[in-house]
Amino acid sequence: MANEVMHNMNVKNVTVKQKAFGIIGTFFRYLFLILVAVAVLFPFYWMIISSLKTVTEYSDPVPTFWPKQVLWNNYVQAFSVGNLGTLFKNTVIVGLVSTVLSLVITVLAAFAFARLEFKGKNVLFAGLLATMMIPGEMFTISNYVTVVKFGWLNTYTALIVPFLVSVFYIYLLRQNFMQIPNELYLAAKVDGTSDLKYLWKVMIPLALPTLISITILKMMGAWNSYIWPRLVANGLDHQLVSNGLRNAFTDASSGQTNYPVQMAAVVIVSAPLFLVFVFLRKYIMKGVSRSGIKG
Amino acid sequence: MVDSKHQWKAWLYLLPALVLLAIFTVWPIINTIRLSFLEGYSIQKELGGAVFSFGLGNFEKVVQYRDFLTCLKNTILLCVLTVPISTILALLIAVVLNSIGPLKRLLQTIYFLPYVTNSIAIGMVFATMFKMIGNIGVENEYIQTAGIINNIIMAFGGQPVNWMNTGSTYWANMTVMVVYIVWNALPFKILILLGGLQSVNKQYYDAAKVDGTPKWRVTTRITVPLLSPMIAYVVITGFIGGFKEYTSIVGIFGETMGPPDDPGRLNTMVGFIYDQMGKYNQGRASAAALILFAIILAVTLVNLYVSKKKVHY
Repeated sequence: MANEVMHNMNVKNVTVKQKAFGIIGTFFRYLFLILVAVAVLFPFYWMIISSLKTVTEYSDPVPTFWPKQVLWNNYVQAFSVGNLGTLFKNTVIVGLVSTVLSLVITVLAAFAFARLEFKGKNVLFAGLLATMMIPGEMFTISNYVTVVKFGWLNTYTALIVPFLVSVFYIYLLRQNFMQIPNELYLAAKVDGTSDLKYLWKVMIPLALPTLISITILKMMGAWNSYIWPRLVANGLDHQLVSNGLRNAFTDASSGQTNYPVQMAAVVIVSAPLFLVFVFLRKYIMKGVSRSGIKG
Repeated sequence: MVDSKHQWKAWLYLLPALVLLAIFTVWPIINTIRLSFLEGYSIQKELGGAVFSFGLGNFEKVVQYRDFLTCLKNTILLCVLTVPISTILALLIAVVLNSIGPLKRLLQTIYFLPYVTNSIAIGMVFATMFKMIGNIGVENEYIQTAGIINNIIMAFGGQPVNWMNTGSTYWANMTVMVVYIVWNALPFKILILLGGLQSVNKQYYDAAKVDGTPKWRVTTRITVPLLSPMIAYVVITGFIGGFKEYTSIVGIFGETMGPPDDPGRLNTMVGFIYDQMGKYNQGRASAAALILFAIILAVTLVNLYVSKKKVHY
């Protein structure tokens, strides 16, 4: 009898202990995760409040965590000093044109690789996949030489054409197309539907999520690209956002930087990316987890 | 299936892609190798009618540059520091994140945010967080504000550090870069590792529960081994990305690639390649790119070899 009570108490003790451990453990887990979240979010917070401060408040020895005087004018200034309007226009033109062209070319190629039969298909596809191992710098150097030879320096063509087709996107879409049952295609053939009509009416709607992923990654790529535009477009006429951003807010003669205005420009450049992320998170995360590349 | 009369149709669909890929993807591979063996090649000189002889001159010049060794050292150091730190941190975050219930999705979204950023733009934000304002490193030095990171350090009773102004040390600069690169690298790694964790078969954990296995043992004996293919994947892509580090440094330090008093101090391999191109020396740039490719290939092969031994199943 006594033994049984003891045993029961022991069991109770153990479960109480476990529960207490569980609560403390949960507390520390959340504490850790929230600290990480703060570390992740802090630069964004700092960027936004800095962009609204006056220069004097920004360089105050004692930092303020909310601007005493909210200065929206920094944003107006960022637009005019940094020529953001022109940079945005260039980036949007390059981004849109290269995305649309790239989608058309990719869809056609992926369709051929997924559904049509021709000699040497597998060898060709494997050969294209092999080029994915080569680091981008090797393409950049030779493409720069080619672009100079074609006389494309400082044109939109140089910004759009060389990196238009990505083997990776063809691969991604082909995999998606292959999942669509072949019976659908044969049935369409029996009905006398043309290939193009089948592609447009059946395959594209079914592969829409992949196409959206490709579109977003391609647009983000244009928005974030820095190296290639810097090489082929020097003047403001064709410069893209990232290139104009870095130096625009430092006074060339005094070397002084107007940090609040610079931060306002950074907010303006970051905002579209966040909007896209908020609304299309699913597609971005899916595309990224399959590609492992930025942009 | 489709009769061979219609083969030309397939080629028609492929035509635009193949033409562009031939000119801008396949040809560059051959051409870069060719250019690297043309002594002192430059497109600007070629257009001027110059002829270049074959040889190993470009490679010799590249290796003899003192700048090249600096770049190589910086690149390797950044890789060796950031890949393990970000991988371990991402693993820790993913495991803890996977173990909680409420707020999981919200936190997952927050952690992914740094991925959807422009690395130049956010690099500039990090620079303002670390930078001192005032005239630093000259006579009658005065500091107006030490920057928010130093403010935080001082709030905890520490001494402010000159992270990136004139007179800053190499390791202070490196610390800033490592912090930024890790911050930037976490989202992708967390995404992949969390995806891996969610696909782990729950039966293993149930079995461990029945056996009364302690939690840390479950982590080291079940979770990490089952996750090893994903860990290998993020380490390999981390190294490949690390060897191409460039824009993050431009974001923080600007195109001078170093603090004001020592430009080029933090330059990397990719930076070196583009510097050579900027000096109209595409031959030397090609040679440097081939060396970089060889290094990446070697590191990836070593990684694959190690992971073959370590990755379970």
